Amino acid sequence: MTDLLYSDTEDALRDSVRRMLTERCPASVVTTAYDAAPADFSGVWKTVAAELGLAGLLVPESLGGAGASTREAAVVMEEIGRAAAPVPYLSSAVLATVALLRAGDTGTVPDLAAGAATGALAVPLSTGPDAAITGVRRTGDGLTGRVTSVAGAHEADVLVVPVAGADGLELHTVRSDAAGVTVTPVLSLDMTRPIADIEFTGAASTRVDDGDAAAAVAEALRCGAVLLASEQLGVAQWCLETTVAYVKERRQFGRAVGSYQAIKHRLADLWLEVGAAQSAARYAADAYARGDDDTAIATAVAQSYCSDVAVHAAEECIQLHGGIGMTWEYPAHLYLKRAKADQLALGVPSRHRARLAELVDLPVA
Amino acid sequence: MSPDEQTTARDLSARVKTLLSEHDPSTTRPEDFLGARFDAGLAWVHFPPGHGGLGLPQTHQAQVEAELAAAGAPRPAAGRNGIGLGMAAPTIAAFGTEEQKSRFLRPLYTGQHIYCQLFSEPGAGSDLAAVATRAVRDGNDWIVDGQKVWTSGAQNAQMAILVARTDPTVPKHAGLTYFLLDMSDPGVDVRPLRQITGEAEFNEVFLTGVRVPDADRLGDEGQGWRVATTTLNNERVAIGSGAPREGGMIGKVTEAWRERPEVRDPARHDELMRLWVEAEVTRLTGERLRQQLAAGQPGPEGSGMKLAFARLAQTISGFEVELHGEQGLRYDDWTLRRPESVDFTGREPGYRYLRAKGNSIEGGTSEILRNVVAERVLGLPPEHRVDKDIPWKDMAR
Repeated sequence: MTDLLYSDTEDALRDSVRRMLTERCPASVVTTAYDAAPADFSGVWKTVAAELGLAGLLVPESLGGAGASTREAAVVMEEIGRAAAPVPYLSSAVLATVALLRAGDTGTVPDLAAGAATGALAVPLSTGPDAAITGVRRTGDGLTGRVTSVAGAHEADVLVVPVAGADGLELHTVRSDAAGVTVTPVLSLDMTRPIADIEFTGAASTRVDDGDAAAAVAEALRCGAVLLASEQLGVAQWCLETTVAYVKERRQFGRAVGSYQAIKHRLADLWLEVGAAQSAARYAADAYARGDDDTAIATAVAQSYCSDVAVHAAEECIQLHGGIGMTWEYPAHLYLKRAKADQLALGVPSRHRARLAELVDLPVA
Repeated sequence: MSPDEQTTARDLSARVKTLLSEHDPSTTRPEDFLGARFDAGLAWVHFPPGHGGLGLPQTHQAQVEAELAAAGAPRPAAGRNGIGLGMAAPTIAAFGTEEQKSRFLRPLYTGQHIYCQLFSEPGAGSDLAAVATRAVRDGNDWIVDGQKVWTSGAQNAQMAILVARTDPTVPKHAGLTYFLLDMSDPGVDVRPLRQITGEAEFNEVFLTGVRVPDADRLGDEGQGWRVATTTLNNERVAIGSGAPREGGMIGKVTEAWRERPEVRDPARHDELMRLWVEAEVTRLTGERLRQQLAAGQPGPEGSGMKLAFARLAQTISGFEVELHGEQGLRYDDWTLRRPESVDFTGREPGYRYLRAKGNSIEGGTSEILRNVVAERVLGLPPEHRVDKDIPWKDMAR
């Protein structure tokens, strides 16, 4: 039986993450992610990953993790979304960690779980859970090839790289500072989750998979899709709450603008959407945690729905703030950029709906 | 369950067993069985003893329902007497005198009294407090004159719950009084109100010199708005059902898509899946609200469920008609029918499309519900109410 609520432990986890991010990641600091010389966020990530111990939530205790589940990790993602926090939680603690875990690695996972190292899975952030992964080439000289638009690559110490082997896909780890590895940050639509291009020119690597690397990568992307929905929920909640607070204060024609039905009704509709997004995200996180047969359906529903709700909430946030919403100074744009990039991340909504159609037997023709 | 709750659960099981052994459901007339159930305090366990209940927390009701259902016991007529069971009964329990509870609750429960609701009027829809139907004191009676509308089931009803104006010289909310009205009075004229589907679920009810004993007044004179609010708060709509995935309107569309390949249009496939997702997240939200209630965290979200349900029903039923192409041009029956109960997903796509238009009007329009959400959930400023403080008789109309 599914549990769509939050346990006391999960509420306590939320409180500690929110308190930390409120203090260390205020919007004014996050905005510097777009500057030529951004603030250094590595300390915040260190606190999230190591001091709060959140990098190891999905890792079993035997490998130095917390042995928790996607239910708890989802709460962390909600809070990261709410702060638009520039921390590589999704790319390191979810995508890289789950790929390595599922591949059977025991060498790198403990470091990632402890927050002693940061990882990134070398696939474009836009890769959906069902995409075919070809991997970079392996020659006698090492890895060769190029992977573009990789989230968290610039922050990573270890790159987790799908490699085209003779007998199918392999999974390798490569030190990001190794010879033959060039990581080039690119300007991203969302600089709070910056992407980078990776060029391998004969890089030494270690094969870590036990024979089914394709399944390991797919699992990581599925888990990422589940948890991204919770981040999108957090983004949407911030946008709704901030907009509601603003329209109560802002006065025009002698009244709070939130007293006009044109505004009230839009916010009532948005509130409904955000509530439904919460139901969908929570269901996916819970189904994945229980290994439920319905997980694939729950994931496709959550990803397709929450992606669009986060974007809609951020767009409403800008519009209902009027001019101030369009300014660099006001943080609404951080959320619009995050929401729009999140919509493309791990498969666009229409791609998840197409997958859903297969799962529930509603063929195109 | 706490030890106390376990004791209560055992006691309830014993009472159910006694009821079943003394009144075998297979040989007892349904009305008699329901009467015996009422007398055993098992009608509504949270009602007072002697009035169909045992004074227990309402949470124990589910156990009684489950055990009686397992025994194949007859159930009260929730479809035919939804107004009586869902709205009149809790209002009578809250505001009735001992004498009124004794007189009205049992026949209501057994189905001897079917109720209808005489609230809305041509000039008082969303603004219910503006009702113009007058009740004027005449000795021990009240004489009622006026016109009510949207009264479903009036043709079957023995009784009605009525809101009427007893004092036009005070502001609109203050001059109302609530009555229980005998529909067999010769001054009651029920006329079917035909709707866009062709059928007539609803009625207009003309009240001309209808005599209501003061003994049938519920609550004090002038207290009608408060009493009516209790009734309306019990107008539970969408939360309760717990429908399965693809239950409701979306199930009609997926059934057609799967079983009739000729309706599949690749250009509409993504739209179909969007609607499927909308229906699913609405279902999950209903499930989440139920879990919150069970965990003792009742949220204000309930008010939003009807909004979501109406939008979904309207969008999906419109999509469905289009999907059927040439078949969508046909209609199953335009004759004036008087259905006993309403099934939103019954009949053909054309009917479903037309009937769904009512979903955003009946039981609170979607516009009013958005105001409710915006004001009570989000805390936004209330609507301006220019007539709030002026005597009803001086209101512009």
